[in-house]
Amino acid sequence: MNHYSILRIAAKLLIPYILLYGLYVQFHGDFGPGGGFQAGVIFASGIILYGLVFGPEAARRVAPAGIVDRLIAVGVLVYAGTGVAGMLKGGQFLDYNVLAHDSTHGQHLGILLVELGVGITVSAVMVTIFFAFAARERTE
Amino acid sequence: MTTMLGLYNYWIVIFLMMTGFYVVIAQGNLVKKVIGLNLFQISVFLLYLTMGKVDGGTTPIQPDKSFFSGDPGNPIYSHPLPSVLILTAIVVGVATTALALALIVRIHEAYGTIEEDEILVQDRES
Amino acid sequence: MTEPIATRLIVILLLALLGWTEVTIARMRQLWAAVMLTGIFSFLGAGWMLILDAPDVAFTEAAVGAGIATFLMLATLGLTTREAKSPTAFKPLPLVVVIATGIVLVYGTLDMPHYGDRQAHIHTYPEPSYITKSNAEIQLPNIVTAILASYRGYDTLGETTVILTAGVGVILLLRNERRKPRDGVDPTAESTT
Repeated sequence: MNHYSILRIAAKLLIPYILLYGLYVQFHGDFGPGGGFQAGVIFASGIILYGLVFGPEAARRVAPAGIVDRLIAVGVLVYAGTGVAGMLKGGQFLDYNVLAHDSTHGQHLGILLVELGVGITVSAVMVTIFFAFAARERTE
Repeated sequence: MTTMLGLYNYWIVIFLMMTGFYVVIAQGNLVKKVIGLNLFQISVFLLYLTMGKVDGGTTPIQPDKSFFSGDPGNPIYSHPLPSVLILTAIVVGVATTALALALIVRIHEAYGTIEEDEILVQDRES
Repeated sequence: MTEPIATRLIVILLLALLGWTEVTIARMRQLWAAVMLTGIFSFLGAGWMLILDAPDVAFTEAAVGAGIATFLMLATLGLTTREAKSPTAFKPLPLVVVIATGIVLVYGTLDMPHYGDRQAHIHTYPEPSYITKSNAEIQLPNIVTAILASYRGYDTLGETTVILTAGVGVILLLRNERRKPRDGVDPTAESTT
Protein backbone atom coordinates (compact mmCIF):
# COMPACT_ATOMS: atom_id res chain seq x y z
CA MET A 1 0.00 0.00 0.00
CA ASN A 2 3.02 2.28 -0.30
CA HIS A 3 1.56 4.19 -3.24
CA TYR A 4 -1.67 5.23 -1.62
CA SER A 5 -0.39 8.31 0.14
CA ILE A 6 -3.87 9.78 0.70
CA LEU A 7 -4.96 6.60 2.46
CA ARG A 8 -1.81 6.51 4.57
CA ILE A 9 -2.09 10.14 5.67
CA ALA A 10 -5.82 9.91 6.33
CA ALA A 11 -5.27 6.76 8.37
CA LYS A 12 -2.48 8.40 10.36
CA LEU A 13 -4.78 11.33 11.13
CA LEU A 14 -7.74 9.13 12.05
CA ILE A 15 -6.17 6.37 14.14
CA PRO A 16 -5.42 8.45 17.30
CA TYR A 17 -8.99 9.71 17.34
CA ILE A 18 -10.41 6.22 16.84
CA LEU A 19 -8.37 4.93 19.77
CA LEU A 20 -9.33 7.93 21.91
CA TYR A 21 -12.98 7.47 21.01
CA GLY A 22 -12.71 3.82 21.99
CA LEU A 23 -11.41 4.81 25.42
CA TYR A 24 -14.15 7.44 25.75
CA VAL A 25 -16.85 4.91 24.93
CA GLN A 26 -15.28 2.49 27.41
CA PHE A 27 -15.10 4.78 30.41
CA HIS A 28 -18.11 6.97 29.65
CA GLY A 29 -20.35 3.96 29.10
CA ASP A 30 -21.92 4.38 32.54
CA PHE A 31 -23.23 7.83 31.63
CA GLY A 32 -23.96 7.77 27.91
CA PRO A 33 -24.37 5.09 25.28
CA GLY A 34 -21.41 2.78 25.36
CA GLY A 35 -19.67 0.09 27.32
CA GLY A 36 -17.10 -2.63 27.05
CA PHE A 37 -18.48 -4.40 24.00
CA GLN A 38 -18.63 -1.33 21.77
CA ALA A 39 -15.37 0.10 23.10
CA GLY A 40 -13.51 -3.13 22.49
CA VAL A 41 -14.66 -3.26 18.89
CA ILE A 42 -13.88 0.42 18.23
CA PHE A 43 -10.43 0.20 19.83
CA ALA A 44 -9.64 -2.94 17.85
CA SER A 45 -10.82 -1.30 14.62
CA GLY A 46 -8.18 1.40 15.12
CA ILE A 47 -5.44 -1.23 15.24
CA ILE A 48 -7.03 -3.12 12.34
CA LEU A 49 -7.04 0.05 10.23
CA TYR A 50 -3.34 0.47 10.99
CA GLY A 51 -2.71 -3.12 9.97
CA LEU A 52 -4.70 -2.75 6.74
CA VAL A 53 -2.88 0.38 5.60
CA PHE A 54 0.65 -0.23 6.85
CA GLY A 55 0.74 -4.03 6.69
CA PRO A 56 0.25 -6.72 9.34
CA GLU A 57 3.96 -6.75 10.23
CA ALA A 58 3.90 -3.11 11.28
CA ALA A 59 0.72 -3.69 13.28
CA ARG A 60 2.29 -6.75 14.91
CA ARG A 61 4.96 -4.47 16.36
CA VAL A 62 2.18 -2.37 17.98
CA ALA A 63 0.23 -5.38 19.20
CA PRO A 64 2.64 -8.31 19.66
CA ALA A 65 1.13 -11.79 19.65
CA GLY A 66 2.48 -12.63 23.09
CA ILE A 67 0.70 -9.69 24.72
CA VAL A 68 -2.58 -9.79 22.78
CA ASP A 69 -3.01 -13.55 23.33
CA ARG A 70 -2.63 -13.07 27.06
CA LEU A 71 -4.97 -10.06 27.10
CA ILE A 72 -7.81 -12.29 25.81
CA ALA A 73 -7.62 -14.27 29.04
CA VAL A 74 -6.82 -11.22 31.21
CA GLY A 75 -10.17 -9.63 30.34
CA VAL A 76 -12.19 -12.65 31.46
CA LEU A 77 -9.99 -12.89 34.57
CA VAL A 78 -10.68 -9.23 35.43
CA TYR A 79 -14.39 -9.93 35.07
CA ALA A 80 -14.41 -13.12 37.12
CA GLY A 81 -11.91 -11.59 39.56
CA THR A 82 -14.37 -8.77 40.30
CA GLY A 83 -16.92 -11.43 41.15
CA VAL A 84 -14.46 -13.28 43.38
CA ALA A 85 -13.48 -10.01 45.08
CA GLY A 86 -17.12 -9.60 46.05
CA MET A 87 -17.04 -13.10 47.56
CA LEU A 88 -13.88 -12.33 49.52
CA LYS A 89 -15.50 -9.20 50.90
CA GLY A 90 -18.36 -11.23 52.25
CA GLY A 91 -20.93 -10.96 49.47
CA GLN A 92 -21.96 -13.35 46.71
CA PHE A 93 -20.25 -13.95 43.38
CA LEU A 94 -20.64 -10.81 41.20
CA ASP A 95 -22.28 -8.93 44.08
CA TYR A 96 -20.85 -5.42 43.79
CA ASN A 97 -22.62 -3.92 46.81
CA VAL A 98 -19.80 -4.90 49.18
CA LEU A 99 -16.91 -3.62 47.02
CA ALA A 100 -16.89 -0.07 48.43
CA HIS A 101 -18.00 1.74 51.56
CA ASP A 102 -21.62 1.99 50.40
CA SER A 103 -23.63 -0.08 48.01
CA THR A 104 -24.07 2.54 45.26
CA HIS A 105 -20.34 3.24 45.04
CA GLY A 106 -19.72 -0.49 45.14
CA GLN A 107 -22.06 -0.94 42.16
CA HIS A 108 -20.30 1.85 40.23
CA LEU A 109 -16.86 0.35 40.91
CA GLY A 110 -18.01 -3.15 40.04
CA ILE A 111 -19.64 -2.06 36.78
CA LEU A 112 -16.52 -0.11 35.77
CA LEU A 113 -14.23 -3.10 36.40
CA VAL A 114 -16.54 -5.57 34.69
CA GLU A 115 -16.86 -3.35 31.61
CA LEU A 116 -13.07 -2.99 31.55
CA GLY A 117 -12.72 -6.76 31.52
CA VAL A 118 -15.24 -7.07 28.68
CA GLY A 119 -13.47 -4.33 26.71
CA ILE A 120 -10.06 -5.97 27.07
CA THR A 121 -11.30 -9.38 25.95
CA VAL A 122 -13.35 -8.08 23.01
CA SER A 123 -10.59 -5.86 21.61
CA ALA A 124 -7.94 -8.56 22.06
CA VAL A 125 -10.11 -11.17 20.34
CA MET A 126 -10.90 -8.85 17.41
CA VAL A 127 -7.21 -7.98 16.93
CA THR A 128 -6.27 -11.66 17.16
CA ILE A 129 -8.88 -12.63 14.58
CA PHE A 130 -7.58 -9.90 12.25
CA PHE A 131 -4.01 -11.17 12.50
CA ALA A 132 -5.10 -14.78 12.09
CA PHE A 133 -6.82 -13.93 8.78
CA ALA A 134 -4.15 -11.49 7.61
CA ALA A 135 -1.25 -13.89 8.20
CA ARG A 136 -2.90 -16.75 6.32
CA GLU A 137 -1.73 -17.24 2.78
CA ARG A 138 -3.94 -18.13 -0.13
CA THR A 139 -3.66 -21.72 -1.29
CA GLU A 140 -4.69 -23.04 -4.64
CA MET B 1 -56.43 -1.83 9.32
CA THR B 2 -55.46 -1.25 12.98
CA THR B 3 -54.03 -4.77 13.04
CA MET B 4 -51.91 -3.97 9.99
CA LEU B 5 -50.63 -0.70 11.42
CA GLY B 6 -49.97 -2.31 14.78
CA LEU B 7 -48.17 -5.37 13.53
CA TYR B 8 -46.37 -4.13 10.41
CA ASN B 9 -43.02 -4.10 12.20
CA TYR B 10 -43.21 -7.84 12.91
CA TRP B 11 -44.23 -8.61 9.34
CA ILE B 12 -41.36 -6.63 7.85
CA VAL B 13 -38.95 -8.32 10.24
CA ILE B 14 -40.39 -11.75 9.36
CA PHE B 15 -39.88 -10.96 5.67
CA LEU B 16 -36.24 -10.02 6.37
CA MET B 17 -35.75 -13.14 8.49
CA MET B 18 -37.20 -15.43 5.86
CA THR B 19 -35.08 -13.92 3.08
CA GLY B 20 -31.99 -14.57 5.20
CA PHE B 21 -33.26 -18.10 5.87
CA TYR B 22 -33.74 -18.64 2.14
CA VAL B 23 -30.14 -17.58 1.48
CA VAL B 24 -28.97 -20.10 4.09
CA ILE B 25 -30.85 -23.11 2.73
CA ALA B 26 -30.96 -22.40 -1.00
CA GLN B 27 -27.38 -21.33 -1.71
CA GLY B 28 -24.58 -23.84 -2.05
CA ASN B 29 -21.73 -21.42 -1.48
CA LEU B 30 -20.48 -21.52 2.10
CA VAL B 31 -19.63 -17.80 2.30
CA LYS B 32 -23.10 -17.02 0.99
CA LYS B 33 -24.56 -19.22 3.72
CA VAL B 34 -22.65 -17.24 6.36
CA ILE B 35 -23.94 -14.01 4.81
CA GLY B 36 -27.46 -15.44 5.05
CA LEU B 37 -26.95 -16.33 8.71
CA ASN B 38 -25.77 -12.76 9.33
CA LEU B 39 -28.86 -11.30 7.66
CA PHE B 40 -31.09 -13.64 9.66
CA GLN B 41 -29.27 -12.62 12.82
CA ILE B 42 -29.68 -8.87 12.24
CA SER B 43 -33.39 -9.41 11.53
CA VAL B 44 -33.78 -11.23 14.85
CA PHE B 45 -32.06 -8.31 16.58
CA LEU B 46 -34.57 -5.96 14.98
CA LEU B 47 -37.45 -8.20 16.11
CA TYR B 48 -36.32 -7.94 19.73
CA LEU B 49 -35.80 -4.19 19.57
CA THR B 50 -39.21 -3.46 18.04
CA MET B 51 -40.78 -5.19 21.04
CA GLY B 52 -38.96 -2.85 23.43
CA LYS B 53 -40.14 0.34 21.73
CA VAL B 54 -42.97 2.20 23.46
CA ASP B 55 -45.13 5.01 22.06
CA GLY B 56 -43.71 8.40 22.95
CA GLY B 57 -40.83 6.69 24.71
CA THR B 58 -37.26 7.81 24.78
CA THR B 59 -33.81 6.25 25.08
CA PRO B 60 -33.29 4.56 28.47
CA ILE B 61 -30.52 6.95 29.48
CA GLN B 62 -31.42 9.36 32.25
CA PRO B 63 -29.92 12.83 32.51
CA ASP B 64 -27.39 12.84 35.36
CA LYS B 65 -28.50 15.17 38.11
CA SER B 66 -24.99 16.52 38.65
CA PHE B 67 -24.60 17.53 34.98
CA PHE B 68 -28.17 18.39 34.05
CA SER B 69 -29.91 21.05 36.10
CA GLY B 70 -33.21 21.44 34.21
CA ASP B 71 -36.40 19.58 34.99
CA PRO B 72 -36.46 16.30 33.05
CA GLY B 73 -40.20 15.94 33.66
CA ASN B 74 -41.45 12.38 33.80
CA PRO B 75 -40.38 10.76 30.52
CA ILE B 76 -41.40 7.27 29.42
CA TYR B 77 -38.43 5.08 28.61
CA SER B 78 -38.35 2.32 26.05
CA HIS B 79 -37.58 -1.03 27.63
CA PRO B 80 -33.82 -1.40 28.23
CA LEU B 81 -33.76 -5.20 28.47
CA PRO B 82 -33.90 -5.98 24.70
CA SER B 83 -30.98 -3.58 24.21
CA VAL B 84 -28.95 -5.48 26.81
CA LEU B 85 -29.68 -8.88 25.26
CA ILE B 86 -28.94 -7.74 21.72
CA LEU B 87 -25.82 -5.77 22.64
CA THR B 88 -24.07 -8.90 23.85
CA ALA B 89 -25.54 -10.99 21.04
CA ILE B 90 -24.05 -8.74 18.33
CA VAL B 91 -20.48 -9.10 19.56
CA VAL B 92 -20.87 -12.81 20.23
CA GLY B 93 -22.36 -13.06 16.74
CA VAL B 94 -19.32 -11.54 15.06
CA ALA B 95 -16.99 -13.77 17.08
CA THR B 96 -18.85 -16.89 15.98
CA THR B 97 -19.00 -15.57 12.39
CA ALA B 98 -15.22 -15.29 12.52
CA LEU B 99 -15.05 -18.92 13.66
CA ALA B 100 -17.30 -20.00 10.78
CA LEU B 101 -15.19 -18.07 8.27
CA ALA B 102 -12.01 -19.63 9.69
CA LEU B 103 -13.58 -23.05 9.12
CA ILE B 104 -14.41 -22.04 5.54
CA VAL B 105 -10.78 -21.03 4.96
CA ARG B 106 -9.64 -24.43 6.23
CA ILE B 107 -12.25 -26.22 4.10
CA HIS B 108 -10.98 -24.35 1.06
CA GLU B 109 -7.43 -25.44 1.88
CA ALA B 110 -8.48 -29.06 2.25
CA TYR B 111 -10.93 -29.37 -0.67
CA GLY B 112 -10.00 -26.49 -2.99
CA THR B 113 -13.61 -25.36 -3.20
CA ILE B 114 -16.28 -23.79 -0.97
CA GLU B 115 -19.26 -25.07 -2.94
CA GLU B 116 -21.29 -27.49 -0.88
CA ASP B 117 -22.11 -29.98 -3.65
CA GLU B 118 -18.49 -30.21 -4.88
CA ILE B 119 -17.33 -30.91 -1.32
CA LEU B 120 -19.94 -33.67 -1.03
CA VAL B 121 -18.80 -35.21 -4.33
CA GLN B 122 -15.18 -35.25 -3.11
CA ASP B 123 -16.27 -36.80 0.18
CA ARG B 124 -18.17 -39.58 -1.59
CA GLU B 125 -15.27 -40.34 -3.93
CA SER B 126 -12.71 -40.73 -1.17
CA MET C 1 -48.86 6.12 16.73
CA THR C 2 -47.59 9.36 18.18
CA GLU C 3 -44.47 9.51 16.04
CA PRO C 4 -44.08 12.61 13.89
CA ILE C 5 -44.69 12.20 10.16
CA ALA C 6 -41.00 12.72 9.34
CA THR C 7 -39.98 9.82 11.59
CA ARG C 8 -42.57 7.59 10.00
CA LEU C 9 -41.35 8.48 6.52
CA ILE C 10 -37.76 7.74 7.51
CA VAL C 11 -38.84 4.38 8.96
CA ILE C 12 -40.72 3.46 5.80
CA LEU C 13 -37.71 4.44 3.68
CA LEU C 14 -35.33 2.46 5.90
CA LEU C 15 -37.54 -0.63 5.83
CA ALA C 16 -37.94 -0.46 2.06
CA LEU C 17 -34.17 -0.17 1.65
CA LEU C 18 -33.60 -3.05 4.09
CA GLY C 19 -35.91 -5.32 2.13
CA TRP C 20 -34.49 -4.28 -1.23
CA THR C 21 -30.90 -4.76 -0.10
CA GLU C 22 -31.63 -8.20 1.24
CA VAL C 23 -33.45 -9.40 -1.87
CA THR C 24 -30.54 -8.10 -3.95
CA ILE C 25 -28.09 -10.03 -1.78
CA ALA C 26 -30.14 -13.20 -2.18
CA ARG C 27 -30.07 -12.93 -5.98
CA MET C 28 -26.40 -12.04 -6.29
CA ARG C 29 -23.55 -14.33 -7.27
CA GLN C 30 -20.73 -11.78 -7.01
CA LEU C 31 -19.60 -12.47 -3.46
CA TRP C 32 -17.65 -9.21 -3.09
CA ALA C 33 -20.73 -7.15 -3.88
CA ALA C 34 -22.89 -9.35 -1.63
CA VAL C 35 -20.50 -8.75 1.27
CA MET C 36 -20.50 -4.99 0.74
CA LEU C 37 -24.31 -5.02 0.59
CA THR C 38 -24.35 -6.97 3.87
CA GLY C 39 -22.40 -4.09 5.40
CA ILE C 40 -24.95 -1.64 4.02
CA PHE C 41 -27.74 -3.83 5.41
CA SER C 42 -26.07 -3.60 8.83
CA PHE C 43 -25.89 0.18 8.56
CA LEU C 44 -29.55 0.48 7.61
CA GLY C 45 -30.46 -1.85 10.46
CA ALA C 46 -28.44 0.35 12.80
CA GLY C 47 -30.42 3.34 11.56
CA TRP C 48 -33.69 1.69 12.45
CA MET C 49 -32.28 0.61 15.84
CA LEU C 50 -31.58 4.27 16.59
CA ILE C 51 -35.22 5.12 15.90
CA LEU C 52 -36.23 2.20 18.15
CA ASP C 53 -34.49 3.99 21.06
CA ALA C 54 -31.50 1.68 21.30
CA PRO C 55 -28.43 3.83 20.58
CA ASP C 56 -26.09 1.40 22.38
CA VAL C 57 -27.12 -1.40 20.06
CA ALA C 58 -27.15 0.87 17.02
CA PHE C 59 -23.55 1.86 17.22
CA THR C 60 -22.41 -1.60 18.19
CA GLU C 61 -24.12 -2.85 15.05
CA ALA C 62 -22.55 -0.08 12.96
CA ALA C 63 -19.06 -0.84 14.29
CA VAL C 64 -19.38 -4.63 14.24
CA GLY C 65 -21.69 -5.37 11.32
CA ALA C 66 -20.48 -2.76 8.91
CA GLY C 67 -16.86 -2.72 10.10
CA ILE C 68 -15.40 -5.93 11.50
CA ALA C 69 -17.78 -8.48 9.95
CA THR C 70 -17.41 -6.96 6.47
CA PHE C 71 -13.65 -6.96 6.81
CA LEU C 72 -13.60 -10.60 7.96
CA MET C 73 -15.76 -11.72 5.04
CA LEU C 74 -13.60 -9.82 2.57
CA ALA C 75 -10.51 -11.46 4.09
CA THR C 76 -12.17 -14.86 3.68
CA LEU C 77 -12.98 -14.11 0.05
CA GLY C 78 -9.36 -13.09 -0.48
CA LEU C 79 -8.30 -16.48 0.87
CA THR C 80 -10.87 -18.51 -1.06
CA THR C 81 -12.85 -17.43 -4.10
CA ARG C 82 -14.63 -14.36 -5.35
CA GLU C 83 -17.62 -15.75 -7.14
CA ALA C 84 -20.27 -18.25 -6.24
CA LYS C 85 -21.01 -21.02 -8.71
CA SER C 86 -24.12 -20.34 -10.73
CA PRO C 87 -27.00 -22.60 -9.71
CA THR C 88 -27.56 -25.61 -11.93
CA ALA C 89 -31.35 -25.61 -11.65
CA PHE C 90 -33.96 -23.71 -9.71
CA LYS C 91 -34.99 -25.79 -6.72
CA PRO C 92 -38.50 -24.95 -5.47
CA LEU C 93 -38.22 -26.81 -2.15
CA PRO C 94 -36.31 -24.09 -0.19
CA LEU C 95 -38.80 -21.45 -1.36
CA VAL C 96 -41.73 -23.59 -0.21
CA VAL C 97 -40.12 -24.19 3.18
CA VAL C 98 -39.38 -20.48 3.63
CA ILE C 99 -42.87 -19.33 2.64
CA ALA C 100 -44.50 -21.94 4.90
CA THR C 101 -42.34 -20.89 7.85
CA GLY C 102 -43.12 -17.25 7.13
CA ILE C 103 -46.87 -17.88 7.10
CA VAL C 104 -46.65 -19.72 10.43
CA LEU C 105 -44.67 -16.85 11.95
CA VAL C 106 -47.11 -14.21 10.66
CA TYR C 107 -49.98 -16.27 12.11
CA GLY C 108 -48.08 -16.24 15.42
CA THR C 109 -47.78 -12.45 15.42
CA LEU C 110 -51.56 -11.98 15.33
CA ASP C 111 -51.60 -12.44 19.10
CA MET C 112 -48.61 -10.17 19.69
CA PRO C 113 -49.00 -6.75 21.34
CA HIS C 114 -49.11 -3.90 18.84
CA TYR C 115 -46.07 -1.79 18.03
CA GLY C 116 -45.41 0.74 20.81
CA ASP C 117 -48.33 -0.46 22.95
CA ARG C 118 -47.84 0.88 26.48
CA GLN C 119 -49.96 -1.89 27.98
CA ALA C 120 -47.90 -4.69 26.45
CA HIS C 121 -46.53 -7.27 28.86
CA ILE C 122 -42.95 -6.20 28.30
CA HIS C 123 -43.73 -2.68 29.57
CA THR C 124 -45.84 -3.66 32.57
CA TYR C 125 -43.72 -6.51 33.87
CA PRO C 126 -41.57 -6.84 36.01
CA GLU C 127 -42.96 -4.46 38.57
CA PRO C 128 -41.12 -2.40 39.84
CA SER C 129 -39.41 -1.98 36.49
CA TYR C 130 -35.66 -2.13 35.96
CA ILE C 131 -35.71 1.66 35.53
CA THR C 132 -37.22 2.28 38.96
CA LYS C 133 -35.01 -0.33 40.59
CA SER C 134 -31.76 0.87 39.06
CA ASN C 135 -32.62 4.45 40.04
CA ALA C 136 -32.74 3.38 43.66
CA GLU C 137 -29.96 0.79 43.73
CA ILE C 138 -27.35 1.67 41.12
CA GLN C 139 -27.98 5.33 40.22
CA LEU C 140 -26.29 5.24 36.84
CA PRO C 141 -27.72 7.37 34.03
CA ASN C 142 -27.34 4.60 31.45
CA ILE C 143 -29.80 1.91 32.51
CA VAL C 144 -28.63 -0.43 29.75
CA THR C 145 -25.13 -0.54 31.24
CA ALA C 146 -26.57 -1.02 34.73
CA ILE C 147 -28.58 -4.05 33.65
CA LEU C 148 -25.80 -5.43 31.46
CA ALA C 149 -23.10 -5.38 34.10
CA SER C 150 -25.03 -5.71 37.33
CA TYR C 151 -28.46 -7.33 37.11
CA ARG C 152 -27.39 -9.65 34.31
CA GLY C 153 -23.75 -9.99 35.34
CA TYR C 154 -23.70 -13.79 35.03
CA ASP C 155 -25.09 -13.58 31.52
CA THR C 156 -22.45 -11.10 30.43
CA LEU C 157 -19.70 -13.21 32.02
CA GLY C 158 -20.93 -16.11 29.93
CA GLU C 159 -20.98 -14.00 26.76
CA THR C 160 -17.44 -12.81 27.40
CA THR C 161 -16.38 -16.43 27.80
CA VAL C 162 -18.04 -17.28 24.49
CA ILE C 163 -16.01 -14.53 22.81
CA LEU C 164 -12.86 -15.90 24.43
CA THR C 165 -13.70 -19.38 23.16
CA ALA C 166 -14.35 -18.13 19.64
CA GLY C 167 -11.04 -16.24 19.65
CA VAL C 168 -9.18 -19.36 20.80
CA GLY C 169 -10.98 -21.38 18.13
CA VAL C 170 -9.87 -19.00 15.38
CA ILE C 171 -6.29 -19.15 16.66
CA LEU C 172 -6.38 -22.95 16.64
CA LEU C 173 -7.85 -23.09 13.13
CA LEU C 174 -5.79 -20.47 11.35
CA ARG C 175 -2.49 -19.90 13.10
CA ASN C 176 0.14 -22.25 11.78
CA GLU C 177 3.12 -21.62 14.00
CA ARG C 178 4.98 -24.83 14.63
CA ARG C 179 6.11 -25.45 18.15
CA LYS C 180 9.84 -25.49 18.74
CA PRO C 181 11.04 -29.10 18.95
CA ARG C 182 11.70 -30.25 22.47
CA ASP C 183 14.66 -32.61 23.03
CA GLY C 184 15.09 -33.00 19.31
CA VAL C 185 11.58 -34.45 18.86
CA ASP C 186 8.90 -32.31 17.23
CA PRO C 187 5.62 -33.24 18.94
CA THR C 188 3.55 -31.74 16.12
CA ALA C 189 5.64 -33.03 13.23
CA GLU C 190 3.01 -35.47 11.99
CA SER C 191 -0.18 -33.64 12.84
CA THR C 192 0.49 -30.25 11.27
CA THR C 193 -0.43 -29.67 7.67
